[in-house]
Amino acid sequence: MVPEIYYITLSAILFTMGALGVLARRNALIIFMSVELMLNAANLAFVSFANTFQQLDGQIIVFFVIAVAAAEVAVGLALIVAIFRSKHSIDVDQMSNLKG
Amino acid sequence: MKFFLEPLTLLTFFPLVGVLVLLFLPSDKKNLLRWTALVTSLVTFGISLWVLSMFNASNPDLQLATRYPWITVAGWNIEYHMAVDGLSILLVLLTTFLTPISILSTWAAVEERVKDFMLFFLLLEVGMTGVFLAQDLFLFYIFWEFTLVPMYFLIGIWGGPRRIYAALKFFLYTMAGSILMLLAILWLGIQQGSFSVPELIEMGGIPADIQLWLFLAFAAAFAIKVPMWPLHSWLPDAHVEAPTAGSVILAGVLLKMGTYGFIRFNLPLFPEAAIQAAPWMALLAVIGIIYGAAVSYAQQDAKKLVAYSSVSHLGFVMLGLFAMNPQGIQGGILQMVNHGLSTGALFLLVGMIYEQTHTRDLKVYGGLWKITPVFGSLMLIVALSSMGLPGLNGFVGEFTILLGAWGAGMDGGVLGSVLFAGFAAAGVIMAAVYILYMFQKMFLGPEGSIVEEVKKHGHALRDLNAREIITMVPLLVFIFWIGLYPKPFFALMAPAVDKLVVILQAAMH
Amino acid sequence: MHLSETVNTGFFFLAPWIIFAPVVGLLVNIIFGGWFLKRSWGEAAVGTVASLASGIAFAVSALLAWSLSAAHGEVVVVPFAEWIHIGSLQLDWTFRVDTLSVTMMLAVSGVGTLIHIYAIGYMHEDVRFKKDEKRYQRFFVFMNLFITMMMLLVSSDSYLMLFVGWEGVGLCSFLLIGFWYDMDTLGRPSWANSNAANKAFIANRIGDFGFLIAGFIMFWAFGSFQFDEVFTQVGAIAPGIITAITLFMLVGVTGKSAQIPLYVWLPDAMAGPTPVSALIHAATMVTAGVYLVTRSAPLYSTVPAAQYVVALTGALTALFAATIAVGQYDIKKVLAYSTISQLGFMVAAVGMGAYVAGMFHLVTHAFFKALLFLSAGSVILGLERGHHHLSHHEGHQGHEGSHHEEVRRTEPVEVFDPGDMRNMGGLRKTMPVTFWLYVFGTLALAGIFPFAGFWSKDEILLDASLHYPDIYWILTLAAFLTAFYMGRQIWMVFFGEPRHEAAAHAEESKPIITIPLMVLAALALLGGGLNLPGAHTLGHWLEHTLGEIEVPEFSLMVAGVSTALALAAIGISWLVYGRNPLKAEQKDPLKKPLGFLFTGMENKWWVDEGYKWLILDNYVRLSKFLAEVIDWRFWHDWFHEKIIAGTYNWLSNIALNKYADQQGIDAFANGLGEWTKEVSASLRRVQNGFVRSYALSVLLGVVLILGYLLLK
Repeated sequence: MVPEIYYITLSAILFTMGALGVLARRNALIIFMSVELMLNAANLAFVSFANTFQQLDGQIIVFFVIAVAAAEVAVGLALIVAIFRSKHSIDVDQMSNLKG
Repeated sequence: MKFFLEPLTLLTFFPLVGVLVLLFLPSDKKNLLRWTALVTSLVTFGISLWVLSMFNASNPDLQLATRYPWITVAGWNIEYHMAVDGLSILLVLLTTFLTPISILSTWAAVEERVKDFMLFFLLLEVGMTGVFLAQDLFLFYIFWEFTLVPMYFLIGIWGGPRRIYAALKFFLYTMAGSILMLLAILWLGIQQGSFSVPELIEMGGIPADIQLWLFLAFAAAFAIKVPMWPLHSWLPDAHVEAPTAGSVILAGVLLKMGTYGFIRFNLPLFPEAAIQAAPWMALLAVIGIIYGAAVSYAQQDAKKLVAYSSVSHLGFVMLGLFAMNPQGIQGGILQMVNHGLSTGALFLLVGMIYEQTHTRDLKVYGGLWKITPVFGSLMLIVALSSMGLPGLNGFVGEFTILLGAWGAGMDGGVLGSVLFAGFAAAGVIMAAVYILYMFQKMFLGPEGSIVEEVKKHGHALRDLNAREIITMVPLLVFIFWIGLYPKPFFALMAPAVDKLVVILQAAMH
Repeated sequence: MHLSETVNTGFFFLAPWIIFAPVVGLLVNIIFGGWFLKRSWGEAAVGTVASLASGIAFAVSALLAWSLSAAHGEVVVVPFAEWIHIGSLQLDWTFRVDTLSVTMMLAVSGVGTLIHIYAIGYMHEDVRFKKDEKRYQRFFVFMNLFITMMMLLVSSDSYLMLFVGWEGVGLCSFLLIGFWYDMDTLGRPSWANSNAANKAFIANRIGDFGFLIAGFIMFWAFGSFQFDEVFTQVGAIAPGIITAITLFMLVGVTGKSAQIPLYVWLPDAMAGPTPVSALIHAATMVTAGVYLVTRSAPLYSTVPAAQYVVALTGALTALFAATIAVGQYDIKKVLAYSTISQLGFMVAAVGMGAYVAGMFHLVTHAFFKALLFLSAGSVILGLERGHHHLSHHEGHQGHEGSHHEEVRRTEPVEVFDPGDMRNMGGLRKTMPVTFWLYVFGTLALAGIFPFAGFWSKDEILLDASLHYPDIYWILTLAAFLTAFYMGRQIWMVFFGEPRHEAAAHAEESKPIITIPLMVLAALALLGGGLNLPGAHTLGHWLEHTLGEIEVPEFSLMVAGVSTALALAAIGISWLVYGRNPLKAEQKDPLKKPLGFLFTGMENKWWVDEGYKWLILDNYVRLSKFLAEVIDWRFWHDWFHEKIIAGTYNWLSNIALNKYADQQGIDAFANGLGEWTKEVSASLRRVQNGFVRSYALSVLLGVVLILGYLLLK
């Protein structure tokens, strides 16, 4: 039995990687993947805690998250494709039309 | 669905069906719109007859009740509570009776924005019926205020030259009074824990000093609506500017909401305060009778004359109500109906001649009886009814009121002096003076200049046409019926009035 | 209602038909009258229907009288329907058949029917002179309505039902006085007739006010309006209350029966067509007050003070009106004041408690005054015919083509008054039948033996001489004047030479007009037989209703004095007017010797002017003041506009706008706006458009919140 602290640590590492990816990278696709990473880090934390406390809630939430993430991927990718078509670039720093 | 099929709910909200149909009709098909509204109001009248057939006249209590909890937040106990009893059944019938007649009278008079007119008229009917049926203070208040809106537009859109001014004045005056009433309603609802009128009456036990304040707050709203002297300033403006149908409904029903308010709320809810205030209310009523009659006589505008006569007539009603004996109160209620019929008819007739001549200045009229015999004869009957000729409806009401007021002025009565009844009876003479003056100036004497004036525009004055006669006939039937055989009308209200008198008498001792 | 069991024998069940018959008549004429009039026989049909209706009412009355005498005069009450029932107030439509009411019914419907028949002929000509033939129908509708209301009045079983008839006849009076509402008595366009109609209605309403008050006191004292219930309780009620009731009732009587001070409407009421003057304003309606006092005999008999007031009112009216009659020139005005005077006799009689004498005089007066009025109508028609004939004749002599133009243009210049006695003279020759009828009426009115008026007036005077000497002298003087002015009228109208072309060409009336008059003349001659001294038929008949009545012995002394005075008066009138007949344009010969007195009589003692100055003008002024100054300018314009609306506007416009608004609220609002702008300008730098920097701030935020939660 792997102690849950491992899972939590892994989750924290994954999350941090995801967060750094979002902050540091300019490529929209990469940012996208980083967000996925963060989501899955959170999923991992849910599952591990659910296992620890012997409650199903966490695992149910994970299913929801997966479903939402799938939807998000679909919409997000579509948006990225649309942006690429009009701007011929997916560099997020160039998308600053709404700046104040 | 069951909710909507309960008789009183159906009666109140049925005109909304017509509203709904009207919304989907093209606004240039004027006759279709008119017929729709007329049929709707006739069906509503039919429903009210159905309600009447189910009404048990020997039962003094509220009947055919529909009662559901409505707003129950914060411990408030507001209900949707509709019911009818002897105090209100006649007024409900009067409302549903006058509405189709008014709609019929607009056939030729309203050509602009017919659809909107009919919409507002039917909405108005919903509000008026609701006022007479609501047995929950909050519900009553909503209906009460709701009637303002359509009437405001009826005056403001289809009125005379100063319509905006008149409509605004009507609205603001009534609102000003209602706000005080709203405060009193909230006080009652919070302190007594109920908004239900019958429950509040049963509970009683409001301290005398607070009763007086509540009485005054309610009275403020109702006295403006009646209108009692000296709060009548809005009335001539509203009447003169309103279109004929609006005037009919205004005089026929809306003013009755004020007197009805007194009898439904002020008397039974605050009996001690009402007894205390009775001589003062009677004083205002008698001043109104004399003052209204005197002022009427000086008017040159036929509609204004009739408007001021309402101040005088409603004074009689108020005097009867505050006599607090069966004769006075029954006479008062009957007189509400009578005033609705005869003043309504007067407004209709004045409107019919106005449609032809476009003036209401009495100076240019004269000698019309020769040219328009049917018109003149109908006007005569209605005028006689209005001045209380025995055998017609006005007399039965006025006589019983005066008899009651005289009795209340004797030892042991609430008014304390027979002079109230004495002066009010003198008002009967003055009523003859102004009514005969109007009739003479329009129909007797040599031919007025208006006859030539109308001819110049290429068409001679004509007598009433079939539609106009049909409009008038139902009113005349009731004018004679109530005058000659008022028994069924008194029978409807007698038990309920007796119950009210018992409450008042208990408070007297 | 203890008397309500209907007697099975007799025709009492027919009682409601005294009302329904004329109602049916008027409805038929309303509905079919217009259709009738389009036919050549239309006028006859309309008139016949109306006369039949009235005739049926008379027949029913006669049947009732017969049944009543068969039932030995016992009161029969015929209930019909309920009317107003509220608490202790119990009013029904109930007919009362007793000797008193039947007497009135017979008089009303009998005289009424004769006058209806007369009117068929009279109105045929009248509508043609006045050029509105459509009004024929309306006349008979109103007449039937009047019979209805009058029958209601006399057959009622309670004061309130009586009041319905009481006001109803007032309405008919209004309608018929104002029958030619668009002209004056001479046919010129004017407000005069309609003013007279209004005057009558309003004067009557003032009287009705008294009646109403009497009714209120009565109800709260007796608890009922029903005659029997009131009368049986009389003993238990304080005399003060009964005095009040009777005096307020007297106010009603003065209105309806044209007594001082409310008599002023009756002379003006002559604006109505002559049959109306005869029926309503002489024979029937105006006697309603007398009937009311007689009906209330049990009340009046208990309060002598009130009785005296009634008697005095009547006596003074009798004298006062007689003086005015002396100074009038209009043939109908003389008769009108004579009617007021004779009503004074009746009111005095019933006031003195001589109810039978009062009722007797009421009935005989109905006969001879109707006769006089209708004969006067015949005279007027005769003159109108003469005048018509004349103008027609002249028209033909003038320009043939412009005949109508001519007439129209000349009409306003020469206004011919067919009722003015100064235009008459010598009619004895041209209208012999009318002359003799008029003489019969005059002799009856003057109280000459053996005419009806002699017997009835004598009974009143006899009663007065026994109990009220002051009233006796007043009445005797009035009787003297009566004979004098009637003599004056006869001499002026029928003797001497014609003073106007029209009088010279006057034509006698047709039989439809003169035959009813002959019936009335016979009644005027023989009517005294109703209650001859010794027999006292009417007295015994009425005793069933009024109770035992003291019958004074016939006094040769009283009868002799009054007859002698009457003859003397006629003699004096011959000296003044008969011996030297009036010439055209000549002033009244009494003007000089009487001076101011005659001017007063001529001008009706300026009572109308006085009322106008004292009451009418002030009321108009008051209502104008209330309406224009108080209600409109003060209350509507000043108070509402200036004070309520003005204050509101002032508060919102001036106060708030200039001071509070600009420096307070405005400054605050503007300041807030400026501040928001500055802050947002500095904040906009945050919105740099870089997604990653947004993400960073999200991260920082998360870290901050988490840090807070951890360190909490």
